[in-house]
Amino acid sequence: MNKQLMGSVLLAMFLAACSSKQVKEEPKAAVEDKTPATTTAKTPEAATEAPAATTAPVTEQSVGINPLKDPNNILSKRSIYFDFDKDEVKDEYRALVEAHAKYLNANTGAKIMLQGNADERGSREYNLSLGQRRSVAVKKVMNVLGVNDKQIETVSYGEEKPQCADKSEACWAQNRRADIVYEGE
Amino acid sequence: MLRFLLAFILLLPPVARALDIEIVGGAAQQIPIAVAPFAQSATLPESVALVVSADLRRSGLFRLLETRGVAAIPHELAEVKYPEWAALQAQALVIGKVEPSAVAGKLKVSFRLLDVVKQTPLAGLEYDITPAQLRQTAHKIADIIYEKLTGEPGVFATRITYVNKTGKRFTLVVADADGGNPQTILSSAEPIISPAWSPDGTKLAYVSFEKKKPVIFVQSLTSGQRYVLANFKGNNSAPAWSPDSKRLAIVLTHGANSRLHLINADGTGMQPLTASSAIDTEPDWSPDGKWIYFTSDRGGSPQIYRISPLGGEAQRVTFDGSYNVSPQMSPDGKLLTYIRREGGKFQVAVRELAGSQVQILSESSQDESPSFAPNSRLIIYATNINNRGILSVVSADGRVKQRLSEAGDVREPSWGPATN
Repeated sequence: MNKQLMGSVLLAMFLAACSSKQVKEEPKAAVEDKTPATTTAKTPEAATEAPAATTAPVTEQSVGINPLKDPNNILSKRSIYFDFDKDEVKDEYRALVEAHAKYLNANTGAKIMLQGNADERGSREYNLSLGQRRSVAVKKVMNVLGVNDKQIETVSYGEEKPQCADKSEACWAQNRRADIVYEGE
Repeated sequence: MLRFLLAFILLLPPVARALDIEIVGGAAQQIPIAVAPFAQSATLPESVALVVSADLRRSGLFRLLETRGVAAIPHELAEVKYPEWAALQAQALVIGKVEPSAVAGKLKVSFRLLDVVKQTPLAGLEYDITPAQLRQTAHKIADIIYEKLTGEPGVFATRITYVNKTGKRFTLVVADADGGNPQTILSSAEPIISPAWSPDGTKLAYVSFEKKKPVIFVQSLTSGQRYVLANFKGNNSAPAWSPDSKRLAIVLTHGANSRLHLINADGTGMQPLTASSAIDTEPDWSPDGKWIYFTSDRGGSPQIYRISPLGGEAQRVTFDGSYNVSPQMSPDGKLLTYIRREGGKFQVAVRELAGSQVQILSESSQDESPSFAPNSRLIIYATNINNRGILSVVSADGRVKQRLSEAGDVREPSWGPATN
């Protein structure tokens, strides 16, 4: 698992430098986050695309690691978790949201998609809306920090893309979540 | 890929059936009826009598009598000996045959419905069809029998749609109301939700996540062609056709919370309908086109409201409990079905629009997506048994229940419109 992550990070470096075709990765899977309970990390789906992309030439600065993918950088953390029936961004996630807001303010060409999720109980369409509430809540915190709506799209997956499938409180807590995904990822 | 539950296959011809039926409750008074085997070639793909019997039995309103003991099975009126059938306690008898038609390659299907007590014919019809239409014709015959004997239109010849998740793939399926003849409309690696039939039954609108966000498509069932109805910034979901097919109510977010909008069926002319800062979603038009029922939590908890398509104030419709969602009007405009959460259980509820008494129709606890049959008498919905999504059908008075289950994880059913 570590080797794979390292490989992905190195790859992302080359690609970020080249600004050519980006490898599609599922950031939800690659991120380690603070939640308690069991997490099953999925293999990034785009791993098979990797060989084709390594033939792209490396031109300028491949020296710095992309902060968005650096596991030592808070920017590589992408998930905000919510309490049941709530869409308030809790204090423990403020620093994370602020870091991404800062990055977006410094890189006005960068765009993010905020993907909201809900646990599986109840109507799918209503859960789509609940997930949306969460992505909007994160957006509002970013707006207050100066980020323009042009750099943010809020969407929701509702209950449709759960990280785990158990009918347990621990699993439901994991699915009450908003994820930050940068354009091109 | 599809595995069958063997219990019911014994009674049914070996045809491609995706959904297997288990009837778990019956009506108090059932009409005793005998459906005599039709005269037909053993090489035909369907046994008309078996399909008709299964349809009538599944409705819960009929008691199908055993016909194997009868010495000579009649296929024409002249051959019927009424006392023989009266002795079996039958009130009604169905006979018929399938013969080659005068047109090459086609079949002539004829049947008679007879009143055993009065010893008179009640109905009879002849069809000229292709062999591929045999099963649908059997369903039409069952509909005629049902209507003659109950006074209500039958829905055996109608279709349903649902989403099936197998492994990591999602398929949008259209099947006969009995689960027969399933057709894959869309196969995707990403989720599909909220399929909605156009009023004439030729198109489905649905929400697909294939573009990594919810987008509404409209797809023709006759040509297979589809187009994007709505892909605005943010979510696009919950499509609901107007009764005149010209517009759909949809839910968009545009960087804020879910709100109702109207849009022309060709994707032009999008305009907002609701403007609260709460969640508004799950629109459903009344059959007369005057109201759009929807779910909103503007009052603090999700409840059902209605608003005129012309705009104005929304009126609250549900007042009991703290969670009422997924409203669906019956096609006759008299009943409202929805999902109610009470004590942590999500269950199908039904209520007369003109009244206030709520009846809970299910005993399960994870019900979703209720949808009326075109005769307003049955409701199909999704529920969960042993961690698998299955479909259930319940009569609007709660007395008859059927469980339909397919291999996979089935969800999001919607019952199609009446067929002619």
